Formats: sequence, structure tokens, C-alpha cells
Amino acid sequence: MQFGIFTVGDVTTDPTNNTTPTENERIKAILTIAQKAEEVGLDVFALGEHHNEPFVPSSPTTMLGYVAAKTENLLLSTATTLITTNDPVKIAEDYAMLQHVADGRVDLMMGRGNTGPVYPWFGKDIRQGIPLAIENYALLRRLWDEDVVDWEGQFRTPLQGFTSTPRPLDGVAPFVWHGSIRSPEIAEQAAYYGDGFFANHIFWPKEHFQRLINYYRQRFEFYGHGKADQAYVGLGGQVFMAKNSQDAVNQFRPYFDNAPVYGHGPSLEDFTEQTPLTVGSPQQVIDRTLTFRETFGDYQRQLFLMDHAGLPLKTVLEQLDMLGELVVPTLRKELEAKRPSHVPDGPTHQSEIERMAARQAAKLVAEADDEARSAVAAEATRAGASASPSTHTGAAFGIKGA
Amino acid sequence: MTDTTPRKVVALSSGLSQPSSTRLLADRLAEATVADLEDRGLEVELTTIDLRDLAHDITNNLMTGFPSAKLGAAIDAITRADGLIAVTPIFTASYSGLFKSFFDVIDNTALIGLPVLIAATGGTPRHSLALDHAMRPLFSYLRAPVLPTSVFAAAEDWGSSAGGDGLPSLPDRIRRAAGELAAAVAVSTRSADVKDPFELDASFSPVGGYGAQ
Repeated sequence: MQFGIFTVGDVTTDPTNNTTPTENERIKAILTIAQKAEEVGLDVFALGEHHNEPFVPSSPTTMLGYVAAKTENLLLSTATTLITTNDPVKIAEDYAMLQHVADGRVDLMMGRGNTGPVYPWFGKDIRQGIPLAIENYALLRRLWDEDVVDWEGQFRTPLQGFTSTPRPLDGVAPFVWHGSIRSPEIAEQAAYYGDGFFANHIFWPKEHFQRLINYYRQRFEFYGHGKADQAYVGLGGQVFMAKNSQDAVNQFRPYFDNAPVYGHGPSLEDFTEQTPLTVGSPQQVIDRTLTFRETFGDYQRQLFLMDHAGLPLKTVLEQLDMLGELVVPTLRKELEAKRPSHVPDGPTHQSEIERMAARQAAKLVAEADDEARSAVAAEATRAGASASPSTHTGAAFGIKGA
Repeated sequence: MTDTTPRKVVALSSGLSQPSSTRLLADRLAEATVADLEDRGLEVELTTIDLRDLAHDITNNLMTGFPSAKLGAAIDAITRADGLIAVTPIFTASYSGLFKSFFDVIDNTALIGLPVLIAATGGTPRHSLALDHAMRPLFSYLRAPVLPTSVFAAAEDWGSSAGGDGLPSLPDRIRRAAGELAAAVAVSTRSADVKDPFELDASFSPVGGYGAQ
């Protein structure tokens, strides 16, 4: 189980003192927060990608490259990488490069973006959001998985004899999560490839995500990547803590009331009841987060949003101290103890090397199986026998007993 | 052979005062529709929704993008109905803002094929065409068929005698509109249809369909 934080990188005025960080201050704060994540024992730091104010992270691999150099074990990820408006060729190159720089401590989360004008700014049509996500990812996959690619699609100029460089580290592409809050097409896509599915459920009620995640799990099994409970699920979360829960509520309320997205809308009380937002003591955060497993099944990655709505850096760092010291160790222990042995741990470069090797081996066995079946069938035809090849047993035919 | 599947009818009122003449009109229309359906030997399940009770939830949904449980239940009821009675007061030449906001938070394909009886209340009969220039196009956009008779109740309608001026009285118009709705509800299978929210378009492919492979 992996625990981490994700940031959207918003520049928001602190409503308690009416000060707004400069872009430079906010960028530096994000880099400090990322390093703090490793210091307090978290596993993952994920950075958003935006091309509109008030968000600063337009160039995630630049920032993640810096974090890679400053950290030892932290896994670097995105939340999200815009698969719709970025050129998949550039994504393939940028993240393979980051993989080498960071010695494999890299994965990505694909998203379609939520700001309408970004599509036309990048020469795309928002009504094609899903087809863009599908086609661009199909190309990205091939650019990582195949050395030389000939390709033609609807949205991008064709490629003939193209090799994306550098090649992925150890020949294994970064693990990919697909983030979606409502589209079954994206859950289907994640399941098809045996990729992860990340449900950022922080703004919506759980019943909706329960259905979406169950759908992804069933389709993951349908496509033959394992059992439904072996699918890779990641979840969002949003917390604000103080030792005393009423202090947490009092401190967080002005930020909540003025936050982008839900500010000036529902009350803090309604929102904490309807969504996973937890404002209270570390124990309340632990208790609430443990309910995620009951709702969605054993899962692989838990990311918390900790640094938005104008919270000052000092407060965010204190929050991370509490998260790392008082919350995550307990969650880690409890969730690890409950996770059955056949359910995979959070994906890493090493586990991906093993998974790809197993997938390759299974493919070879299936091919050998097919060859053996057709050889047997050919033999049977020659001999005029009516015996079905499926009556044969043995490793190449699937073990059915002697 | 009697059809025993209950038909689901929703009466929606966006009146703001309590008691409200808009709610009163919705109740009269609902009563007449239920009576007509029962005369046809059909069972009816009537749900009445007062948007006043959902006003805060509707505003929150506009901002957060998701409905509260209470609002979600109201949206579900309408989405799965066989017929809708939609009644609004006329404010500033059109339906009330609350009425519009409610339909703004419903998915724009959720009401396809839903027969709708439109009705409105106002101070004077001079506002009655708002039904046809504002309310009818809203449901046309949602591809929900609007019945030909709409009912407008001005303040004076509640006190006019039946047919006194040679025109049909409010109860006459209510009965006529309810009859049209009942006829459409009687043949509706909307509430019995099971919809799969995860049904993908038949042309969908997880790898794309444009030579990507």
C-alpha cells in the first residue's frame, strides 16, 4: 500500500490574512512540500498539470526532475497528465527521460483536464475528449512498448519508423493510472490495458465511485489481467488535522469557505458528511480513511490533497508532519494486515519489471499452447481421428490432472 | 388482461410561498391525472416534489457538481418517471430561476421521451404565453414531449364560475390536460426500462477506432 500526497498547484489568496503567494513562492513551496513528503515517510508525490491561472505547474517533469534529485525513495507521479491536449510523443519522451533521471521512481496518472479553453488553446476540440484520451494513449503505449513505431491516427500527424527516446528504463514503461470521476470509457480503458484506475473522489459522494470502481474491477478481470480484487485502485482524500478536532474545524473553516471549487457552496459540515473530506483529529482521519477500504475493497494507493485553498506553507508542513507521524503508520499497519496475499501491493518499477516478465511468459505459453493445439489438430486431421485436441492434458494445454 | 405495472407520475412545483398556488395547481393536475389513469384500470405511484425544499441543495449542486442525497432522490424520481407535471410561477416573463436551476443540474439526456404536462401560475392571464415561449422550448431541448394543452392559472381563475364567460373553466382545462398526460403515461414503459449507466456506445473501442493499432 502506497501513501502520498497530490497537489493541483493552485495560487490562492490566504483568506485569513489576504496575502497571495507569488508564482515563484508557490513553485518553491511545492518543491519543499514534495521533499517534506519523503522526510515524513510518505511514498508518493503527485503533481498536477495545468495551463491556466491560478495554477502554476505547467511543466511537471521539470519540477519532478528537481524533486528526483533531492530525494532517495519518493515515487514521483502526476495528478494528472493531460492525455488529451499533450502530444503523446512528448509524453513518451518526457516521462521515459524522468524514469532514467529518477532511477525508475516514476509513474503517471492520465486525465482529460477540466478546463474547457485548454483544448482550443492546444488546437483540440473538447467534444473529442474521450476519443483523444483513447487514441493518444494507444499511441503512447506503443511508443513505450515497441522500439520502432509506424502509426496513423485521427488526431496526430502519422509516424513512420519513429523511435521514442530514451527507451523506457529496463525496457519497462512507467506504471500508468487512469483518472476519471465519471466516464466508464476511461475505466474500461484502464481495465483493457491492465493499468491502474484512480478515483479522485474528494468532491463527490462515495456511492458513485463505488459503482465506477466496481465496474473497473470487473472489466480488469474480464480482460484477463487477474481477479477483480487484484485490479489496481487508487483513491484521493482530503484532510485537515489538529490534535483537538474542534481546533481543526475552526482553523480550516475560512479556507474551506473560500476554497476554489466548493467555496461559498455547501457548509463544511455538509461537505464532510457527503464527501471524504475529513477535518478533525488524526484519529478521525485514520477512522475515515479505513472506511475507504470497506467501501472500495483493498486498494493500492492513497493520495491526500493537503496544500490547496491558500493554506500557508508552514501549515501544510505541519499537516504533513501529523500525516506522516500520527496517521500513515497506523493506516499502513492496519491496511497491510487486512490485505490478502493475492492482492498486489502498490506498483513500483521493480514490480512492473516482474509483472511485464510474467505477462511475457504467459504470452509465450499461450503461443506455444496455440502451436501445440494446431499441431495436434493437424495430426488428428491427418490420422482421420475425431478426438478433440482439448482432451489432451499437460502444461501446454492447461493442467487438468493426469 | 390488465396491466399491473404501476405507472410513475411526478408532480413538480417550484412555488416559493407556503401555502402556494403553484403547489395547489400541481396537486389539482396530479389528482386529475391519477383519477384518469385509475379509470383506465392502471395503478399509479405519485411523487410530489416541492423545489422550495431543495433550493439550497440545487444551489450547492450548481457549485460542486454533485447532488445531495435528497436532491439525488428527486432527480432519480423524475428520470425514471412515466409522466411529469411541471408547474412554475411566472417571474419576470418566464419560469422561476429555481425551476430552471433544477433542470440545469439534471443530465440533458435524462428526460428523453418523458411526457410532460406544463402549467404555470401568475397574477394575471397576460403572462400565460410564457408557457409556450419559455417552458415548452426548455422541454423540447431536453427531448421530453410536451403535451398540447398547457394550463395557466391566474389569480382570477381560482374564483371564476364554470364556463361563465363562455370559455372553459380552470377545472375543465385541468381535466383536459390531465387526460392528455394520462393517455401518454398509460402507454409509457419508461419506469420499467432498466438503464445501465455504464453502457458504452457500441462503436467504443478501448484502443480507438482510427487505425491506432
